[in-house]
Parts: sequence; C-alpha cells; structure tokens
Amino acid sequence: MTYITPLNPEIQRPVSTTLIATSVLIALFLNGLPWEGVWLLLRPDFVAVVMLYWCAHKPLRVGIGLSWTVGILADVADASLFGQHALAYTLLAFGGIALHHRLKMFDLRQQTTQVFGILALTYVVYAMVYWQVNGYVMWAYFLGCLTSTLLWVPLGMIFQAARQIRVDRE
Amino acid sequence: MDNTQSFTFFNRGPSSAVRLVFFIVLSLLLMFIDARYRYLESTRSVLSVLVSPIQRLATMPGLLWQQAGNFFVTQQSLVEDNKSLHQQHAKDAAQLSRMLALQQENLHLHNLLSLPRRSEFVTQSAEIVYAERDVFKRRVLIDKGENANMQAGQVVMDDTGIVGQITRVYPWLSEVTLITEKDHTVPVQVLRNGLRTVVFGAGDTTQLSLRYMPISSDVQNGDLLVTSSIDGIYPPGIPVAKVINIERDAAYPFARVICLPVAGVDKYRQLLILSGLPVLPKRPAEEPVVAPHPKNRQKKQ
Repeated sequence: MTYITPLNPEIQRPVSTTLIATSVLIALFLNGLPWEGVWLLLRPDFVAVVMLYWCAHKPLRVGIGLSWTVGILADVADASLFGQHALAYTLLAFGGIALHHRLKMFDLRQQTTQVFGILALTYVVYAMVYWQVNGYVMWAYFLGCLTSTLLWVPLGMIFQAARQIRVDRE
Repeated sequence: MDNTQSFTFFNRGPSSAVRLVFFIVLSLLLMFIDARYRYLESTRSVLSVLVSPIQRLATMPGLLWQQAGNFFVTQQSLVEDNKSLHQQHAKDAAQLSRMLALQQENLHLHNLLSLPRRSEFVTQSAEIVYAERDVFKRRVLIDKGENANMQAGQVVMDDTGIVGQITRVYPWLSEVTLITEKDHTVPVQVLRNGLRTVVFGAGDTTQLSLRYMPISSDVQNGDLLVTSSIDGIYPPGIPVAKVINIERDAAYPFARVICLPVAGVDKYRQLLILSGLPVLPKRPAEEPVVAPHPKNRQKKQ
C-alpha cells in the first residue's frame, strides 16, 4: 500500500464523544425548529449532514449502527414510517465511510461534489419509500438536498474550529 | 500514528458492507411491519419520550418571538381589538338567544316525531405544540395525549370549522392530521341544497377539492360545505369548506371544484377536540374483497 500524505491534517485530530453527541443533538434541534412553507422546502437536513461529517472523518467512532439509531430517533421525531430515516441514514453512513478513504486526497470542491452524490442518494431513498407507501412524491423535496450540500463547507469549518479549541486547551 | 486507520491490526467486528446489509434489511423489515401491521406504536411512544424534550426545546425560539411580539402590542390595537370583540359579542349573544329558542323548539319537534335526539358533544381545548417538519405531510402535534384520554379518530376543530382528526396518540402528545393533508377525506354536504359529497385534501395548506362531481351537479361558487356525518366520525353540520372556483370542461366527465377550508387550518394555536360523539350501529358485514392496503391508512369508515 502506498503512503499518501494527507492534504487534510484535520482528519488526524482527536475528537471528544461530547462534541459528537452535542452536534447530533443540535442537529436534531435545528431540524425541529418551526420551519414553514418555502423555508421548510429549503431546510437542509442538518442531521444527515452532521452524521455524514462524522462518518467521513471518524468512521471508527461513528458508523452505520449509530447512524441507524439516529435515523430511528428522526423517524419518531418526524412521525415518518419506522425505519424510513434509518434506511436513508444507513446508506448515508456507508457513503460517508467510503468517502473517508478519499477525503484525504480531495480538496473542498471535489469533496462537495462527492457529498452531493451521497446526500442525493439518501434523499432519493427516502422519497422512494414514501412513493412506495403513499403513491406520490413532491419534487420540491429534493431542494433540501442542494441546501444540505451547501452546508458541508461551513459545517466543516465549525467542527474544525471546535476541535482546534480542544487541541489548544490540551 | 499516521494513517493507521487503513490497516486492520485489530478485530473490529463485521465489515461495513456486512453492517450495511444488516441495517438495510432491519430497516426494511421495520418499515414493512409498521406500514402493514402497525405493531410498533408502543415502541414509538416510548422513543417519543426521548425525542420530545428536543422537540419542545425547538419550539422555544418561536414562543419567545411570539411573547416578544405580545409585549410590544400598542394600546391603540388593544383598544381596537376590544371594541371589535364587544361588537362581535353583542352579535353572538343575539344569535345565541335565538339558537336556544330554536334548540328548544327542535327538541320539542324531535320528541313529537319521536326521532333519536342529536347527541351533544363535549369539547376539550388543546394547543398546538409544533407542526411536523416533513414536507410531505400536513400534520400538527397538540399538547394532550394519553394523559387526557385522547383517542385516535377524535375530531379536531377551531371556533369556525373542522381542522382535522387525531391520528396517533403519544403519552403527552397527539398527532392531528389536517383536512388539507393529501387524500384526506371528509364526507360533506352542500348546505344550500343538501347534496352529499366528499371533500379531499390537496396536500397544500390552503386548498381542498371535490372530486367526481358530474359536470351537471348543482354546486355554485360560495357554497358552504358542512359535515354530513354519514361516516360516524365527524358530527353533523360543522362547516368544512367554501367553494371558490368551479371549472366545467366538457372534455372531462367531472367538474374541477376548488374549495377553501373554513377553519384557520394553519393559523391558530388553540384547537377544540370533540369527544362523546354518537356511536353508529355497526355496518352490516361485507364480503371481503381486497386485503387492506397501506394507502387507506387513516380512513376509518
């Protein structure tokens, strides 16, 4: 196996369990804010982006099992079908873990393209389940996929800063 | 320590592909059970206890904003509100006294004709805690659940008309499906001529539609649709919708009738929940034709 110098040293930094748990709780909170009308359509899926971030950066800490569990909680919060979010987030986590190996070689632009692909898959799976059960799909739903992708870069910066603080303190 | 994560020095359990397949199968199984048999409602209500603190917290910014708004109400608007409420009250009082007289008269006539009496229903008030954050659905959650003896199927209305129906009950919350939810149906009749029909939700907060109305049917713009009560769920005579647009195109067998819900389906926070509705005699048994399909989920006929 050839050794590749990581372009992105952030991957190597430690991360606390508290940070992971807090970020997931905050994401659930943000998803639960009273979004309405157009804003609801444009709302990014914060939970999905946060889970993808952790799966891509710390696949040994946050993996498919945890994503599935968070998905079940999201199902309860949204009163969607039991397992609908869980299925989507399972695929998301798998995509994130696959992304982990490539993340080191990619710059932000390339990363964003990959992230869009994974999120699009997640959204398509969720919508397909809905379509199977209810027989129709709202196309505007997929707008959320774009806004979620746009969230990837700022989220990365925030987490980098949060982890930097911890490194500095130590 | 660089790059050690790529090597498998230690046993980390099954590979991610195996986990992926396992969790996909598990999710599919859960979805199947939930959609087909609805066995998981108790699990859901247990888990909702875990999630509801976050959800309650998420309503806080909105509530604070509202309270801040309440704080800065001008005296001018309060005076105006008070005045219009007084006028409304005077009008309502006159109507109420007339209604009492009519009720007496009606009761008397009912007794004379020995018809079964229309049962009175009890109302409980509840407040919307939050609206569901799913683009596909038109549902809200209210602050009364099993603790207040809520039951799935109870009718929810505001002071002007029908808002929806309780479809799921949690320990401290209930889920209300609004009449504007796509394919939600309410049996109604046109107040003007008693024409019976069914009003469908359009999946849009502001619209309802009447389907399968023949072009020749007697529906006019401005007609009020009230519940017909033939379903045994909605009590009779409560306003549901007003017809706002009718398109009669000879190319189609049915007219396109668009209605506006009478109740402020997505406006107010306070709602009324009806209970103690009359129980209809059981339907005669039918030949089983098709197995129940998940599409017919909330329709209790």
